[in-house]
Amino acid sequence: MSFGVPFFPQEASSEAGHVDALFYTLLAFSVILGFSLTALVVGYAVKYRVGSPADRTGQRSRNLWLEMSWTIASLIIAFIFFGWGAILFVRRDHPPADALEITGLGKQWMWEFRQPGGQREINELHVPVGKPVVVSLASQDVIHSFYVPAFRIKQDAVPGRTTHIWFIATEPGRYHLFCAQYCGTQHSEMGGWVTVLPPERYSAWLNSQGEGETLAASGEKLFRALGCSGCHSASSKVRAPSLEDIFGRPVALDNQQTVIADERYLRDSILNPEKEIAAGYEPVMPSFDGLIDEGELQMLLAYLKSLSPQPAAGAMP
Amino acid sequence: MSGTESIAFDTPKRERRADSFAMWVFIGSEAMLFGAIFLVFLVAHLDFGPAFAAASKHLSLPLGTFNTAVLITSSFTMALAHMLARHRRWRATVWALMTTSALGACFLIVKGIEYSKEISEGLAPLLGLPFRYTGPDPVHAEFFFGLYFAMTSLHALHLIGGIVVIAGMIALWPTASPAGRLRRVAAVGLYWHFIDIIWVFMFPVFYLINR
Amino acid sequence: MTSTAMSGSYLGEGSGPRAWLLTTDHKRVAWLYLVSLTAFFFLGGAMAVLMRIELATPAGDLVSDDVYNRLFSLHGIIMVWFFLVPSIPATLGNFLLPLMIGARDLAFPRLNLASWYVFIFGSLFALFSVVAGGVDTGWTFYTPLSTLYANGFVSTAASGVFIVGFSTIMTGINFIVTVHTLRAPGLTWFRLPIFVWTLYATSLVMVLATPVLAASLILIVLERVFGIGIFNPDLGGDPLLFQHLFWFYSHPAVYIMILPGMGVVSEVLPCFSRRPLFGYKAVAMSSMAIAVFGFLVWGHHMFVSGQSAYAGVVFSFLSFCVAIPSAIKVFNWSLTLRKGEISFETPMLYALFFLGLFTFGGLAGLFLAALAVDVHVHDTYFVIAHFHYIMVGGMVTAYMAGVHFWWPKLTGRMYSETAGRIAATVTFVGFNLTFFPQYVLGFDGMPRRYHTYPPEFQFWNVLSSAGAVVLAIGYLMPLFYLGWSLFRGARAADNPWNATGLEWQTSSPPPPHNFETMPVVTRPAYAYDMKGLEHERFSPHREEAAG
Repeated sequence: MSFGVPFFPQEASSEAGHVDALFYTLLAFSVILGFSLTALVVGYAVKYRVGSPADRTGQRSRNLWLEMSWTIASLIIAFIFFGWGAILFVRRDHPPADALEITGLGKQWMWEFRQPGGQREINELHVPVGKPVVVSLASQDVIHSFYVPAFRIKQDAVPGRTTHIWFIATEPGRYHLFCAQYCGTQHSEMGGWVTVLPPERYSAWLNSQGEGETLAASGEKLFRALGCSGCHSASSKVRAPSLEDIFGRPVALDNQQTVIADERYLRDSILNPEKEIAAGYEPVMPSFDGLIDEGELQMLLAYLKSLSPQPAAGAMP
Repeated sequence: MSGTESIAFDTPKRERRADSFAMWVFIGSEAMLFGAIFLVFLVAHLDFGPAFAAASKHLSLPLGTFNTAVLITSSFTMALAHMLARHRRWRATVWALMTTSALGACFLIVKGIEYSKEISEGLAPLLGLPFRYTGPDPVHAEFFFGLYFAMTSLHALHLIGGIVVIAGMIALWPTASPAGRLRRVAAVGLYWHFIDIIWVFMFPVFYLINR
Repeated sequence: MTSTAMSGSYLGEGSGPRAWLLTTDHKRVAWLYLVSLTAFFFLGGAMAVLMRIELATPAGDLVSDDVYNRLFSLHGIIMVWFFLVPSIPATLGNFLLPLMIGARDLAFPRLNLASWYVFIFGSLFALFSVVAGGVDTGWTFYTPLSTLYANGFVSTAASGVFIVGFSTIMTGINFIVTVHTLRAPGLTWFRLPIFVWTLYATSLVMVLATPVLAASLILIVLERVFGIGIFNPDLGGDPLLFQHLFWFYSHPAVYIMILPGMGVVSEVLPCFSRRPLFGYKAVAMSSMAIAVFGFLVWGHHMFVSGQSAYAGVVFSFLSFCVAIPSAIKVFNWSLTLRKGEISFETPMLYALFFLGLFTFGGLAGLFLAALAVDVHVHDTYFVIAHFHYIMVGGMVTAYMAGVHFWWPKLTGRMYSETAGRIAATVTFVGFNLTFFPQYVLGFDGMPRRYHTYPPEFQFWNVLSSAGAVVLAIGYLMPLFYLGWSLFRGARAADNPWNATGLEWQTSSPPPPHNFETMPVVTRPAYAYDMKGLEHERFSPHREEAAG
């Protein structure tokens, strides 16, 4: 921030510094290479302009050694940048186990968030400083993208699946939240602010919002209202798999395969139950595709997850 | 210029080679078109195998098999036309070409019968027609029928194109030079075999996935 | 154009609309394309200027959000499919390919004319969707926005793009067959000018990638009109599938939009340095490598789309690999200047500007291929700046270099050199002023396709908008001095730049069937170091005694 002209964006997450280190290294490399080439071309253009007295003996129009060496040098440099970027990127897929889980739902044209305690926010997201936060993203309609420049993170919210993004905010403050994937008429107004608070102020803020119903609690109500509990309970006459402690566990399927009951599996089992049938059960469950919306699906998933207090390792994406 | 159609060529022989080379390049391009849609089908099939298999049973296997036989026969008569043209037996060539396009038309008629049957059974998820399907998982069965109509009608369009080209070739037959006739029969023949091969891939994919 | 010097040239063969609209002469078809593409370029450009004026202030005060969304969608659709993809191949390529390989015409002259009519037919659809109310999906037609939610004329626009695809495929097939079958005696593959190599590589991509776009557009139209649900998650479809199909075409298409430009620059730099192209074989082979690798990197548009992280890693690796052939080319072009006798006529100025802009656009590509950085700058103005540096700074600049270089061959006239140099410089300055600030904006986090934006981004947006005005002036200038030269320009010599290509061995403008006597080739391309050529200076104007 110099004279009100922004050159460099703020760094406000644990990842931002790492991303910027790679960015500035790339920038330095590009500036050096780009301007050396410019200097070379301008130098040649001046030195060998028509009529200049420069020495022109020893012209060559190929030089295998030189060509090989710049090809290999480019390869090596490219692989270094590749590796560096890839290592940071893969880390993005592995949130810490103790992360605070917030659900985010994108719809034309707003973001709706639910705190773990059930507090609901529109186009505002409050998070504590220094604590890992996972946002599970879904979309009600078209593709949106959750983007906080100060955190250097971005993730599309795609209808029909759940995606995740995590971060550790490091600086209290208010930061822009944008939708980065074009989503229709008011795309540029879809966004708001991420407010990073010190932990004690965050708890105070949560309390001031009142004890909402948690997402899992809403899910449980829905679970009964939709009649899921009619079959999926121990006392039921219809034989359906028990959902106690299912999240993150391996499930044997009737085609001799085994899958981990992750969010993808649970989502598919609700919307497309015939796709993967648990071994030993009849494929009698109806599809709930079209009967529940994305927000209700998020509630059901939260409820099913809450049935396994300690998710097995590897279940978190 | 000595019997060539394009002024760019010196000899009819070079022009004929260029023609069939161009047709191969075009077929490569068409293969990418069908390949992309086949890929979509295969991905969907991985996801919804049981629904697709069940939906597939609602297609008419006898009519599909009959049509496959019709198209393979038409490829045979097309090959015959090419052979006859090489021996400059022009009248016989025209007859072979007419048989080929007649078989193509026969395929289209049978396909039309199949379509109307499927539409009357309520299996066509098109133009807001009601989709009536009694099997399990109608949502993905509808998806199957969507792909079925998309791909078979794309194939039918190509077949119509082939018939139109053969008709045009026969219409221009009296004015064409012998070299020109042979060139065209060779190039159109390649295209016809290609359409045939596409159907040979489509038939098992749609009709035989669960039998 | 009725004077005696023109008689005996292809321009003298009848001048009525019939003679032009029913021509099968590749040189006249090239003019048909040139005129239609110029119209599209300025239509798309006008939309860009409107957008830039809107973005001069953070609030959405000039046009409404719906209008703005339609502007950028149509700007993209028109510029990509109705200008950039056909730009160099269908105009300069069409005109020069037979001349450069010593042929009388393309292999299929009628197919060539048909491709123009198909292009015009498709463009009517696109123009209809402009006039009727526009499209608001972005040029990428992402589902499910385009299939279930957008309310513009998506089907019409998609049909237009689909139809134009046929024209692209026709041109591609024609070029491939021509290069294979119609080379002059002695013109072996490794004696071909690089421009021919790049047209060949481009044609391969056109023929093999366009049908995949056609497939995805067919599926979109079927989904909108007939209601089948291939990309609709509610019907079991998958929206990401569309992105895979779309980028499988559109990433190779990016190379359709730059390879021919690389070819033009490879012609111009040696000519004005009086030196053979440095590392000819490496440049030729790197064009083919780009065409092949281009098919393997589509997933780098989808790093944050929810595809698997490991797919992201693989695509990032391949994207770095595809950077290598481009880097090789830049080094070779630079070294071509060494120990030359360099002069700075208009085509050379454009070519040098290309070199700079392409380098800085390409380097930005490294940022985008590096996964962790892409997560931050994806879908921001950084991406906009990157691909405008390649497509406008690269391809359009190369196009201008080529038009100025071959103008005497196309028309038999010379343009005002001073005006040309001024226009080139204005374009260069305007371009950098427009697009360099967008790199900063992107890094600061301004997302693309935003109608309004937070006020702290205004400084860079104002710079960019000012640059757009300068750039527009730079692009409008040639319209006037080239147009003037058509009628009043001095007569050009047959080989005004003393260049080596076969196209310069026939008269300017060439006779209807290109060569009075069919040429035989005995030398490699760019033999500027051969005896007798190295110190020859230019004599662009036809000597009066000869005329």
